[in-house]
Amino acid sequence: MKFLNKIKAFFLTDFLGAYVLAQKYFFRKKATLNYPYEKGKLSPRFRGEHALRRYPSGEERCIGCKLCEAVCPAQAITIETEPREDGTRRTTRYDIDMVKCIYCNLCEESCPVDAIVQGPHFEFSTETREELYYDKEKLLANGDRWESVLSANLEMDSKYK
Amino acid sequence: MSVITLITENIFLILEILMWSIVVFVPILVGVILAVYGDRKIWAAVQKRKGPNVVGPFGLFQVPADGLKYIFKEIIIPDGADKVLFILAPILTFSLAIAAWSVIPIQAGVVLSNINVGILYIFAISSLGVYGILIAGWSSNSKYPFFGALRSAAQMVSYEVSIGFVIVTVLMCVGSLNLTDIVLAQKNVWFFIPLFPMFIVFFISALAETNRPPFDLPEAESELVAGYQTEYSAIPFVLFFFGEYANILLMCSLTTILFLGGWLPPMDIAPFNMVPGFIWFLLKIILVFYMFAMVKAFVPRYRYDQLMRLGWKVFLPISLAAVVLTSSILFFFNLAPNLI
Repeated sequence: MKFLNKIKAFFLTDFLGAYVLAQKYFFRKKATLNYPYEKGKLSPRFRGEHALRRYPSGEERCIGCKLCEAVCPAQAITIETEPREDGTRRTTRYDIDMVKCIYCNLCEESCPVDAIVQGPHFEFSTETREELYYDKEKLLANGDRWESVLSANLEMDSKYK
Repeated sequence: MSVITLITENIFLILEILMWSIVVFVPILVGVILAVYGDRKIWAAVQKRKGPNVVGPFGLFQVPADGLKYIFKEIIIPDGADKVLFILAPILTFSLAIAAWSVIPIQAGVVLSNINVGILYIFAISSLGVYGILIAGWSSNSKYPFFGALRSAAQMVSYEVSIGFVIVTVLMCVGSLNLTDIVLAQKNVWFFIPLFPMFIVFFISALAETNRPPFDLPEAESELVAGYQTEYSAIPFVLFFFGEYANILLMCSLTTILFLGGWLPPMDIAPFNMVPGFIWFLLKIILVFYMFAMVKAFVPRYRYDQLMRLGWKVFLPISLAAVVLTSSILFFFNLAPNLI
C-alpha cells in the first residue's frame, strides 16, 4: 500500500485529479453578484431598517403601548406618550438608536398593531453617528416610503404567524 | 576627456541603447500587466468568482490603475533600515528581470542579442535575482523580511540545481548553448515528448524558482506577512512585483524555448506555418502561463521542510539520473549532435 502511494505520488496523480477538478470549476457558472449593480433576493422576513407604518387613512398605527420598548433587548427604543386632543394615546417621541439595535425583530413581533416593522432596506449607512439616531419623523417617513413593500411582506408572512 | 565630451561623442550610441531598452521594456510592461490580470482572472474562475471586472473594459485597467496608485504613494523607509541597500534591492530585482529578456528569441532571427551562451546568460541572471531578495530582507532590518529572504534564497538556490541539470539534458540533445539553435533543434520533435519527465521537473522547479504558489513560502502571508516585501511600499514595491511577474514570464518563455519548440508551429504544413512565428511563441507562453496560474489555484502551499525534501531528495536525484540516462542513450545509439 505504501509502495502504491509512492508510485501514485511519482506520477502526480493527485495533482492531475486536482487539475481536472479545477478545470471543471473554471467553466462553472460564477457565483459572484456584482453587488451595487446586482442584488441578492431578500426574504419577506428580512430584518432591515425600521419603519413606523400608518393606516391607509393616514392615521399612524402606533398606540404608544411601549411593548417594543419593554421587549427590546438592546434597549435601543425610547418612547414618550401623551393623550391627544381626541382622547387617544399617541407617542410624542419614538426614538430608535440604530447603533444599539441588534436587528432581532422582537419589536415587530411584540407590536399589537403592526406599527413598528423591519423593512427590506439595509443600505442606510451614514457618515456621522448622529444620523443613526432615528426619531419618530424619520421612522414615519421610512414607513411612507416602503409601505407597499412592507404590507406585501406582512401579507406574505401572515399565514405563518 | 571629460564626461561631457564622452557623452556628446557617443550620443548616437547612447540613444540607440536607450531605444533598444524601450523596445524590450514596453512589451514586457504590457505582458506583465496582462499576466497579472490573467492570473487574477484564472484564479477567480477556478473559485467561481468573476475577478476584476469594474475598472475599464472587462476590468483590464485594474492593474494599470493599481500601478498608478502605487506610484503616487509615499515611499516609507524604516528607521532601522540600511537606506542605500533598501532602495538598491528592488532596483536590482527589477533590472535583472528585464536584463534576462535580451537574449530571448521571439522568432527566427528576431532577438536583441543572439549570443552563443544565451542559456548560460539567463541562468546567471536568474541566479543573481536571489541577491535582490537577500538584500531586501537584510536591509529592512525587520524579522519577517529577514526570514522571508532566508527562505526565499534557500529555495531558489536549491531548485536552481535541478533546473541546471534539466537544462544540461536539453543541451546534450542540442549541442549548443545558443537559444536560437535550441529552438531550431526541435524542428522534428519538440523536446517535451522525448524528455517529458524533464519537462515536468523543469516546470515545477520554475514554480519554485519564481516563488509562485505552491512554493510561495517566502511570502506566506499567514506566517511571514509578505516575506521580503513586508517593509516595502510605493514604487519599490511595484518594482518587486513587476520583477516577480517578469521573472514568471521569463520562466514561461524559457519553458517554451527549451521544451515546446519556441516559435516553431506544431506541424510544418500549410495552415500552421503561415502564422508568423512570434504568434506561436506568444500562444505557447500563454499556455504555460495558464498552467502556472492553474497550479496556483489548485495546489495548497508546501511546508518548508517538504519543499526542501522535494528539491534535494526527489528532484535532484531524478534530474541527475536523467542526465546520466540521456547521455548514455545519446552515446550508445550514436544520436549525439556533432559538436565539431
